[in-house]
Amino acid sequence: MNVILFLVFAAFSVFCGINLVVQTHPIASALSLIGVMGSLAVLYLLLGGEFIAAAQVIVYAGAIMVLFVFVIMLLNAGAESATFQVSRFVKYFGALLLVAFLGLISFIIQGALPRSGDVIFGAFQGGTALEVGRKLFTTYLLPFEVTSVLILIAIVGAIVLARKEV
Amino acid sequence: MQNAVPLSWYLILSAILFALGVAGFIFRRNIITVFMSIELMLNAVNLSFLTFSYQFKQVDGHIYSFFVMVVAAAEAAVGLAIILTVFKNRATLMIDEVSSMKY
Repeated sequence: MNVILFLVFAAFSVFCGINLVVQTHPIASALSLIGVMGSLAVLYLLLGGEFIAAAQVIVYAGAIMVLFVFVIMLLNAGAESATFQVSRFVKYFGALLLVAFLGLISFIIQGALPRSGDVIFGAFQGGTALEVGRKLFTTYLLPFEVTSVLILIAIVGAIVLARKEV
Repeated sequence: MQNAVPLSWYLILSAILFALGVAGFIFRRNIITVFMSIELMLNAVNLSFLTFSYQFKQVDGHIYSFFVMVVAAAEAAVGLAIILTVFKNRATLMIDEVSSMKY
């Protein structure tokens, strides 16, 4: 069950990632990115990160992607026109090189972690909102507060940048 | 069939998604798609964080991944505002045409 769930959602996320890169229309890319985020949320759940999985769906797939889609609609961004032409050979050879590179990385990771542990759903219970919140408000209290200041600066910066007359 | 996924598969998936994000960042010409490729890379790193968090049975990786999400939200807000401003001044979204600082 673990293996099947992992393979299905890993394949879906890789498919959506490739789709993100090869699609020319930004809306298609945005929908692919939502697919990646949704399937990654399932993988987070398999790894025991309940809180992060929920935050992934709410914050990433919800808030951030709505912002992206909103901007794409607002700017009426059409399909990307090919500003520079690459030959067919370069395209296919590049894809082949990318696949070879990924194979090499997989080989290296597999070789570096020959006896790594196995991931079993439910074996790690420390990712609940309770545990995350306790850690966040004790050990990581200062980074948490700094983050709130960062968010405030980002809000002010976004408003200043997107004002009528800059 | 074994009933447990090796930990390295998660790391390999993370590496694949990160490489796809880098490829999109380099090869796309649309500034919004470039931005979404950055988000894809951040997601891939988050997956690595959670995998190692599982390996060491510590919740710290979840906290880091939470902070990455917060920074991504702030970055998306400011970055999209910058894109709006660029579009207002240049009427283009192609990064090749926004090159006045190049020479």
